Amino acid sequence: MQTPDQTLDEILSLAAAHFKVPREKLSPDDDFFKTLGIDSLQTLDLLTKLENHFHVELPDYELQGVSDFRTLAARIQARI
Amino acid sequence: MLDLRQYTCLGAALRDALDRFSPEVCLIEAERDREKLRLTYSDFKEIALPLARALEDADFDPNDRAAIVMTNQSKWLISAYAIFYCGGVLVPLDYKLTAAEHLQLLAHSKAKVLVVEYHLWRSIMQSPDFHTIATKIVLVTEAPLGADLAGGFRWEDFKRKGAPDFVMRQKDDIACIVYSSGTGGRPKGCVLTHENYLEQCRSLTAWYPFWPGVRYLSILPTNHAIDFMVGFIGPFVCGACVVHLRTLRPEFVRDAFVRYRITYVSLVPMIVKNLERGLRAKFDELPLWKRTLLNSTIAINRALTKRRPNVKLSRMLLPNVHRGFGGELLALITGGAFIEPSTMQFFYDLGIPVVNGYGLTEAGTALTLNDLKPFRADTVGKPLPGVELRILSPDSEGVGEVAARSKTVMSHYLDDPELTLETIVDGWLLTGDLGRFEKHGHLQLFGRKKNMIVTEGGKNIYPEDIETVFDGLPVKEYAVFAANYIWPKKELGHESLMLVLRLEQNQKLDGKLLEDISMRNRRLPDFKRVNAYFLWDKDFPRTASMKIKRQALAEEIGKTAERTAITAL
Repeated sequence: MQTPDQTLDEILSLAAAHFKVPREKLSPDDDFFKTLGIDSLQTLDLLTKLENHFHVELPDYELQGVSDFRTLAARIQARI
Repeated sequence: MLDLRQYTCLGAALRDALDRFSPEVCLIEAERDREKLRLTYSDFKEIALPLARALEDADFDPNDRAAIVMTNQSKWLISAYAIFYCGGVLVPLDYKLTAAEHLQLLAHSKAKVLVVEYHLWRSIMQSPDFHTIATKIVLVTEAPLGADLAGGFRWEDFKRKGAPDFVMRQKDDIACIVYSSGTGGRPKGCVLTHENYLEQCRSLTAWYPFWPGVRYLSILPTNHAIDFMVGFIGPFVCGACVVHLRTLRPEFVRDAFVRYRITYVSLVPMIVKNLERGLRAKFDELPLWKRTLLNSTIAINRALTKRRPNVKLSRMLLPNVHRGFGGELLALITGGAFIEPSTMQFFYDLGIPVVNGYGLTEAGTALTLNDLKPFRADTVGKPLPGVELRILSPDSEGVGEVAARSKTVMSHYLDDPELTLETIVDGWLLTGDLGRFEKHGHLQLFGRKKNMIVTEGGKNIYPEDIETVFDGLPVKEYAVFAANYIWPKKELGHESLMLVLRLEQNQKLDGKLLEDISMRNRRLPDFKRVNAYFLWDKDFPRTASMKIKRQALAEEIGKTAERTAITAL
């Protein structure tokens, strides 16, 4: 079973790769809209990547109000 | 389509539409790539009437108000029809608001009924203010069996046998209360009559008709004036079909165009730009010779459609592009916010007309629309039939405040006669937007007189609505402004919100204070956040009741400081 820390770490790595930013520039409590300079649609793109990676399906509303990696990881972890 | 001149209310028009087009498909609902539901007009009626009967039996009376807080889906439209059938007033609320904001607007609108999706109801139930809710009947869709609904009913079980009594309304009766702004400040509940909607529907369908077989992809929230009209009332009174997708993921939206052979779609500029980005990236991947060929074909298409669109010809010239959009798309409708002319031109050159317009909730849906005769990327089109527009106090370039008079203009703001008097003067709606007419009668917009921004996602953000998040900030005074309100620019787009700070004597703006500001800012939904701050060294002008005189403060700052003095957050 995947631990929450592993999930968070993998999300940060996937986000870094997807948006082509150095992994060390991202930290769990970052506001990803700001750190990655992305809009809500680009966030949905990232979510699709994450779903495929973790083999889960998250409805759009699960992402409503979420803007940091730690909360995003918790939402994904709850469905693994 | 139905002859809407014969009707006095939306309920009667919809009731006749359900009978007249009974075998046609009116709704398709898909979850990603899985189709969940397909209803004919006859099926729709069969589901809606038992709901209307149950509402009547639960003492939902004519003129009572019913709020809907839901994402786009069939139960939104079915519930709305049942509410109109009972003679009720619909209060469509934005599902993206916070639970506290939903509670505030439920209280302000005095809604007796609430129809809400389970995940949204869960968040409302968890709000510290939940005990304040006065809504008597709560219908929760898609709730798991046995879930605690705090006295609410499962929507799916809330039905009664027996024909409900249809309640006829008159043209000037209230159909909807639509909030054009929110919560922290002064809720602006636009009271719209049945006549407002019937007239709007007539004028829009005169230029862009629907008919049985047309498929409209509903992506903008249905609580938004545009989707309510072109994703519900318009298609229904013409026997067309609405496709609901329960996700906004770009890949499934793209698939839906093809799977359902979509005819029309309304999109906010942010999504249109996203589509443009995706297409440009695909074009860039083409080998040089293919790219050169594509560019030449686009140039030919542009030349041949200069005077007006010719979708059939464009489909022949650029078959791959059109196949990607399902091959049946007639137009992308865009509104709710500023769209870059270059984005519109990009799609038009591919043979996909982008129809933009201009409107505000206070005026129903749209005041102007591009009629594509010819396509103009630099304007928001011409006034719709029945709409009179005037430019007030024009400057030397003809630019002034846009005022509108039309049967589509709202009746008043709910419980706010003072604001109504300021906004509707001698029958003219003062829009707060600056514009001018060019020589062919097209309206061009140049910014705003009012302190607000519109995001690319089509959200109106009023600074007063978000100020409360900074309550208790350890500074002497603060206020939020639209930067363009302080330093007016004669253009739209690139809008931002800024926090004006007046520090205590000897106080310094240190890292701790900045972190406090950022933390509070993050509590707001991303589209409502302030982007910059500005330090001001004088006391804010205030009224006798200590309210900030915003206009005076904005003018003072604008006169003494430059826009470059603001710092990004």
